Amino acid sequence: MNLSALAMQPEIFLAWTSIIKTLVIVFGIVLPIVSLTVFAERKVCAFIQDRVGPNRVGLPTTILGFKKDIRLLGLGQMIADPIKLLLKENFIPNSVNKFYYYIAPKLAMIPALLVLAVLPFGPNVFFGDIKVPLMVANVDIGILWVFAISSLGVYGIVLAGWASNSKYPFLGGIRSSSQMISYELALGLSVIPVFLIVGTLNMQEIVVWQRENGWMVAPFWPKGFSLEQLLHGDFAAIGASFAAGFSVQRLLIWVPMLISFIVFLIAMFAETNRVPFDLPEAEQELVGGYHTEYSSMGFALFFLGEYAAMAAGSGVIVTLFLGGWSLPFIPDGSATSFFGIPFIPAWGASLLWGLIGMTIFLAKIAAMLFLFIWVRWTLPRFRYDQLMKLGWYFFFELALVNIFITALILALVKF
Amino acid sequence: MEVALFWIFAALMLGFGAAVIFLKSPVSSALSLVVSFLGLAALFLLLDAFFIGIIQVLVYAGAVMVLFLFIIMLLDLKTERARKINLPAMIGGLMVVVGFVALLVKLLPSFDIAKPALARPVNDVASVGMLLFSDYNLPFQVIGVLLLVATVGVVLLSRKELK
Repeated sequence: MNLSALAMQPEIFLAWTSIIKTLVIVFGIVLPIVSLTVFAERKVCAFIQDRVGPNRVGLPTTILGFKKDIRLLGLGQMIADPIKLLLKENFIPNSVNKFYYYIAPKLAMIPALLVLAVLPFGPNVFFGDIKVPLMVANVDIGILWVFAISSLGVYGIVLAGWASNSKYPFLGGIRSSSQMISYELALGLSVIPVFLIVGTLNMQEIVVWQRENGWMVAPFWPKGFSLEQLLHGDFAAIGASFAAGFSVQRLLIWVPMLISFIVFLIAMFAETNRVPFDLPEAEQELVGGYHTEYSSMGFALFFLGEYAAMAAGSGVIVTLFLGGWSLPFIPDGSATSFFGIPFIPAWGASLLWGLIGMTIFLAKIAAMLFLFIWVRWTLPRFRYDQLMKLGWYFFFELALVNIFITALILALVKF
Repeated sequence: MEVALFWIFAALMLGFGAAVIFLKSPVSSALSLVVSFLGLAALFLLLDAFFIGIIQVLVYAGAVMVLFLFIIMLLDLKTERARKINLPAMIGGLMVVVGFVALLVKLLPSFDIAKPALARPVNDVASVGMLLFSDYNLPFQVIGVLLLVATVGVVLLSRKELK
């Protein structure tokens, strides 16, 4: 058997596509998203505060003897910021516990990247008979993996606070762990209605369900709506597909779904330590919180972890409530032609639709990230006791009651 | 591959389990226990018991041990100093160990290793759920009441003024 035939064996084919997917998702998608988000954060913040924001750093062509630099809207800042952090002196205070001080930033970053393993970035793509889902691990426990791994993220923060052997970081670490434990409950309970409706924990199947029956937050959904209808302007057919997708159950279930969505969104803000729940790093009270004593790459890793967790959190929200990679009229990976162009083979068309699905998913994530940034520069911070009260007395109960409401609707309303 | 992974994770689990006892600093001990739990979870995953494995991580590594660490740090427990060996305690401990090993030696041959494992669970979340709410419903409810009693007890004890 020659090498190319060996590479097309189903198991080996899946093995090397998995490696490609892992590398592309981590280095080609998530890390660029992180640096783009940092840049977007500065730009959006500037916009909200009526400033210009970073707009200078681009391609430094003056080094090569040209008259002017190319500015590229300041996009060069994305690269300049990490380079600056890398070149700073890595100063380690004398009083720290060296070992834990050293591993804490890694422990904060790794879970944020691991969560991405179960996020479906795109539909299943078919190469002949071989089905390749555009996600790293298509496992049945999906969302449980997300909760389990992100609950490990707290160790990095707690250890950083403790190992720094300094008062403010310690307070930041303690605040962070109690905050995460409090909001994990609301986070976990608020998604149970989704699983009651779909009947599986598998993230890919949740997206496929939403593609056919409508996003969790959208009660009106066309059935059998296709790209051709839209291109030909066949409004009667579009209207008929909306009428076919209507059901009373969907309309009633909309209420608990919106509650779920809002509770999950707010709990996600608390889990990722973003304003208005950024008590662990409240500058005015705690200097910099748990990463006060860190400099250079140690600090950069915390930064990276925080933004990667934000991106992963947005990905989970999009997957569960906003239809993941799907748009109602875009075909998924089972399509065999790409706009009827003759010379594209079936696997090529499947792959192209897969990549389009991936783009839709990333666009939705970008919209969620914008929401995160928007909230940060708009709302003030909660007081710590308010934060705890909100988590335990309000969101926890709300999520619990919501489960029963959903179950009742599903059991009683069948049409 | 699976056999190699089994040995790696088993070694990880036992090594860090021993470290829990031998390390002097309470924080190090707690974190060793976390790694030990992660090793155990990996062993469950190797058996295709994804649900049990991930719940192991979620509940023990992600919630229980965070609370442990929280308390250790909040009370600011210092590194243990070497203690004098307490002879009766030592003998008692050794007796427990000998008894446990004897039990293992007696029990292990009774397992039929040649027998193949049960049919692999296709969807283990559903199968665990079905078993829990049908065959084991009564024990499940009893545990629920037990936890409720514990919760009420904690609330009562943590109130400032007891009448």
